[in-house]
Amino acid sequence: MTTLQRKEVNPIAHLSPEDIEQIGRELDAIRDEVLAVRGEKDANYIRRMIAVQRRIELGSRALLLFSLFPPAWILGTAGLSISKILENMEIGHNILHGQYDFMRDPKIHSTTWEWDSASPAEQWKHSHNELHHKYTNVVGRDNDLGYGIMRVDEQQKWVPAHLGQPLYNFINACFFEYGIAAYDLELGRNLKTKKRRSNPAFRENLRAVGRKIRRQVLKDYVVHPALAIPVGFLMGNPFGAFLGTLAANAVASLVRNLWSHSVIMCGHFPNGVETFERTSITGETRGEWYLRQMLGSANISGSKLMHIMTGNLSHQIEHHLFPDLPASRYAEIAPKVRALFEKYELNYVTGPMVVQVASAWAKVFRLALPNRKAAKEIDYSIPPRHPAEQPAGV
Amino acid sequence: MPVTQKLRNGAWRVVELITTPVVPADYLDVIAPLRNPTVLRARIEAVHRETANAVTLELRPGRNWEQHRPGQYIRLGVDVNGTRLWRAYSVSSAAGRKDGRFTVTVNAVQDGVVSGHLLRHAKRGMIVNLDLPTGDFVLPSTPPAKALFVTAGSGITPVMGMLRSALHQMPDVVVVHSARTADDVVFGAELRALASSGRIRLIERHTRADGRLKPAELASLVPDLFERDTWACGPGEMLDDLGSHWTDAGAADRLHVERFRPTVLVAGDGGTVAFERTGTVADAPAGTSILEAGEAAGQLMKSGCRMGICFKCVLPMREGIVRDLRDGTLTTVTEVDGANVLIQTCISAAAGPCRFDA
Repeated sequence: MTTLQRKEVNPIAHLSPEDIEQIGRELDAIRDEVLAVRGEKDANYIRRMIAVQRRIELGSRALLLFSLFPPAWILGTAGLSISKILENMEIGHNILHGQYDFMRDPKIHSTTWEWDSASPAEQWKHSHNELHHKYTNVVGRDNDLGYGIMRVDEQQKWVPAHLGQPLYNFINACFFEYGIAAYDLELGRNLKTKKRRSNPAFRENLRAVGRKIRRQVLKDYVVHPALAIPVGFLMGNPFGAFLGTLAANAVASLVRNLWSHSVIMCGHFPNGVETFERTSITGETRGEWYLRQMLGSANISGSKLMHIMTGNLSHQIEHHLFPDLPASRYAEIAPKVRALFEKYELNYVTGPMVVQVASAWAKVFRLALPNRKAAKEIDYSIPPRHPAEQPAGV
Repeated sequence: MPVTQKLRNGAWRVVELITTPVVPADYLDVIAPLRNPTVLRARIEAVHRETANAVTLELRPGRNWEQHRPGQYIRLGVDVNGTRLWRAYSVSSAAGRKDGRFTVTVNAVQDGVVSGHLLRHAKRGMIVNLDLPTGDFVLPSTPPAKALFVTAGSGITPVMGMLRSALHQMPDVVVVHSARTADDVVFGAELRALASSGRIRLIERHTRADGRLKPAELASLVPDLFERDTWACGPGEMLDDLGSHWTDAGAADRLHVERFRPTVLVAGDGGTVAFERTGTVADAPAGTSILEAGEAAGQLMKSGCRMGICFKCVLPMREGIVRDLRDGTLTTVTEVDGANVLIQTCISAAAGPCRFDA
């Protein structure tokens, strides 16, 4: 994609500054409608979701004590994969967004929740909630655009190393939780100079990630496999039982990583999603911020089960507009949001998962190569802005 | 450390690894919410209607509960429309019940969100959160020979706890209780039965017919007023009146009072914001976020997106009202909430004086 400000045809040329502020007011009204009904139903939903996930996990872990029996291994691995996906997506991601802070339950709160991922919640909240959600799709500010290892926008400078990015992306997908941890640490940037490497804040974060990974690895690849040894012993194959459960945990983590990577690729990389110049957000109004979220996100269409398994990130547009509203409400407001897109002649990017994943991967391949033609000059008038507000000398 | 203790600690660490990143108790909560060692909860075992506006809840407390002393209160955390709200209620049962249960009696106050909810929806099996009993409105370990209890409305609840626990140790008890009508007297039947059997002297005042009781009238109703150790519980006005009456008579040390209605906060525009740990006080006019006001006053504030999406700037508020700058919603916090309501300072403006635990 090319940033909105360098496009040949500006997709928001028809909107006046008043239109943009009106869009903001209409979105605020949708938000107010949800706030008015948010309550017991949402609290019950997340509590039930947590209870279901924990039961699936306990059940699967129990089955995996008998990992030497193929049916137990298959069911246990499938259950554990589902449980890990639910825990990260519909539960962890959404609680860490503060969507359920209104409950004032210290057990289900963005400030106390910890999740089944290599990245400690605290660091993920900084890079995700604070940076990605504020600077969505702004080239040079939003590191989610390629995670610092890939080039996903024509405006990102091409270097020969980008030739390998389809491979990097695949490896990142397989080890996604570790990729996220490295990303939250801004490892690439922080390892560059000695000064940054020895920064106490960075070192403390590094230690926190180390502690988290150690516990996660011990749990999945040592303690739970060891619990399968007694049954294995009775069957004359303790080592096989250990390896069986270890493999089950590895497969479940892999499935979860591939799945969450795919869902997240669908959020901002498919065709039709816009990116923005760094300069375009100076002095941004609330209406303009909303507009950027609308243009910068893409949905996935599908069944209710699919929405739950993606943590409702299939409603990425609604999520980016209202990151602090309970995710299970996104499906309810999606028709209203879509109507607003139509009213203001904007492109509501959505499609089935397979199509969106393919579209995102196509971009990863295409941009592994340098641009065919030089980019157009930046058009500072997009989004419409008074000349006096333009940054001088850029 | 004995070997068994070491083994136990080691085993526990393994259990913690099994459940990481959450704690083992979080899994236990799914099946046995009362067994959690760090979160005190109780199950409602029975609900008794006392009057049209009052209901008694019989509670079975979970692990780590401590016995109350008669007259003390507990904080009860009840989920009302999905949000946990805390209120203080006096324990109305006798101390040391064999079944380990205790009761609180909830009187519906006007527009009371929690009391109204409990009156309508409390039922057997419901789980509520609670705190250990607290308060110094209690009987001494040796109850006085001559006692007087002056109560009004729901002020009878802690006194009922005292009577049920220690009446057998108190030979001479006078209870002066005010309620709107005879039907509004909480524990009316029990009090009248105690009176008719001669265990207590009960003076009922029905304020709708006879008006409010004045301290001066007390002297004629209870001639040996100041010879008695007195416990009073009721509306603030009544307690103020009694307080000055006892002080005037030089008997202030014989009067013990319990105020059960917290200060009512009314939303206005702007206010002072106090950060209690550092002692910084900021002036926060309407329309200015608490984050900006705090920063301007030199308070070190955590912040992130500064637009209400990242939740990094949250601070626990002890008491106060704030208004959401985006949609105008008001959030009210009182002492009873126990400083566990977190406020997003970047999108909240003061709507009255606020105190933060920061």
